[in-house]
Amino acid sequence: MLAIRDLRAAYDGIEALRGVSLEVQAGAMVALVGANGAGKSTLLNCLSGIVPAAAGSVVFEGEDITRVSAHKIARRGLLHVPEGRQILVDLSVEENLRLGALAARQRARRETMDTVLALFPILKDKLRQQAGALSGGQQQMLAIGRALMGEPRMLLLDEPSLGLAPLVTDQVFAALRTLNAGGLTILLVEQNARRAFLSTSWAYLLDQGTIAKDGPSAALAQDAEVIARYLGHLAAGEG
Amino acid sequence: MIAQQLLNGLITGSVYALFALGFTLVFGTHKILNLAHGSVFMSGAFAAYFAVLNGLPLWFAMVLAMLCGGLVCYVIELAAFRPLRSRGQIEFAALIASIGANLMISSLAQRISNTKVLRFPFGTFPVQFYTVMGVRISLLQIVIVCVVAILLAGLLFYMYRTSFGRQVRAVSGNERAARLLGVSPNVVFFQTFFISGALAGMAGVLIGLSFNSIHFLMGEPYLLRAFVVVVLGGLGSITGAVVAGLLLGVIQTLTVAYLPTGLSDAIIFSLLFIILLVRPSGLFGSAITATAARRQ
Ligand SMILES: Nc1ncnc2c1ncn2[C@@H]1O[C@H](COP(=O)(O)OP(=O)(O)OP(=O)(O)O)[C@@H](O)[C@H]1O
Ligand SMILES: [Mg+2]
Repeated sequence: MLAIRDLRAAYDGIEALRGVSLEVQAGAMVALVGANGAGKSTLLNCLSGIVPAAAGSVVFEGEDITRVSAHKIARRGLLHVPEGRQILVDLSVEENLRLGALAARQRARRETMDTVLALFPILKDKLRQQAGALSGGQQQMLAIGRALMGEPRMLLLDEPSLGLAPLVTDQVFAALRTLNAGGLTILLVEQNARRAFLSTSWAYLLDQGTIAKDGPSAALAQDAEVIARYLGHLAAGEG
Repeated sequence: MIAQQLLNGLITGSVYALFALGFTLVFGTHKILNLAHGSVFMSGAFAAYFAVLNGLPLWFAMVLAMLCGGLVCYVIELAAFRPLRSRGQIEFAALIASIGANLMISSLAQRISNTKVLRFPFGTFPVQFYTVMGVRISLLQIVIVCVVAILLAGLLFYMYRTSFGRQVRAVSGNERAARLLGVSPNVVFFQTFFISGALAGMAGVLIGLSFNSIHFLMGEPYLLRAFVVVVLGGLGSITGAVVAGLLLGVIQTLTVAYLPTGLSDAIIFSLLFIILLVRPSGLFGSAITATAARRQ
């Protein structure tokens, strides 16, 4: 579905990605885990065309999209739910959702909106409200729902649990698993490695702009080095 | 008498608003202060003048003026702003580029007109007055109000009821997020600049008709007023531009009518100063400044 080869990206000459290679099979839910500043968001931004790649290639469904512009990548069905949600706060919830339908190849379909509202029923009561008035969790649901309106073939999610209460995080992750069970391919960036390993089948560890390790999520969760580096402090810090 | 002045002020103000709307649309959406907006306005007036001179009906000349203004404005975007955009951080560079574009268009117009003031041929617009409850209003004034009202309604419909307008507002709120949803920035740029220019072009014709005077620098004083209108109304706010435009027209007409000559500008700018002391983001400026603050 998605194959990344030796991808490099830099900000003003400072390399943030130093040759990342990674693959996501169709229908899989894959985690990308790494410390602050490892380059996770940069990688997703590179995939969705927001940050230009300096070298390497991104192939999505057999087509090279390395130099394709962001809106065209979205229209091809690779949708990115960015870090910090980035919903359009001055627009209503409904307008946010309708904007999302732009990426769908067909015109906005009524069913898509119904499916999204069935997945996140809380949005249904708030369609006319300004999106900026939503709570953090609702905004995250809106951000995901908005991407779903584009009828994605694959979803890139950047820290959907950021700043959410545990209960709300559970809801968001339950929705993601439902979507994946329905056949949607997902690449999930997560700070909380434990949770990421629990919800995915395969995981990549990103460290200072390169893939340090990858393997089945369950196996990585048992890996001594991974436990020490990514789960240890979490176990101590966040429980 | 005061009613007459109020009416005149509102009509002048409606043209200020029309001119400022395009200016604020581009600023609100793309954070670009287009200082060539005055020359776009002027080019609209020029287009209408030559259309009328060639025997075309006035309504058609007005449509041409809008097309011409829209095109000129879009060409400015293509030639002056787009090359800068690929290098990020363009706000300041765009300001300078727009000054350059302004000079180029003005000099071109200066050549075309031989530095002369152009006047519509006699009878281009019938001179006709009506008296309603003691207030005199000309046919031209009625047309101006109607044209501005129709264009404003059209703009509001476009911005708040169509998918295109939604995309424009999305880019205005968060361009990166909009792109991730499949909004093509270039399509939005075309629309905002074209609309901005078309509104300015029409304002140019209306002013050209009102004073029956068209010359290559006619846009400059209006650019300064657009600044006042846009800052007063709140950067990027449509409602703000309309209210502030009308307010400015009324204040200006009243000060000119009742106070010693030359005081008008002093009063307008002092008022602007005072209002900004109380409301730094303008009368309706919360939305844009809040977004800007959030970005920090
Ligand atoms: N816009 C930018 N300009 C310059 N440097 C940047 C920019 N964005 C990120 N960086 C740098 O690139 C590196 C990778 O950042 P990135 O945001 O991709 O990390 P991340 O893994 O997503 O971190 P986090 O967990 O904090 O979200 C960091 O060193 C960061 O400082
Ligand atoms: Mg990040």
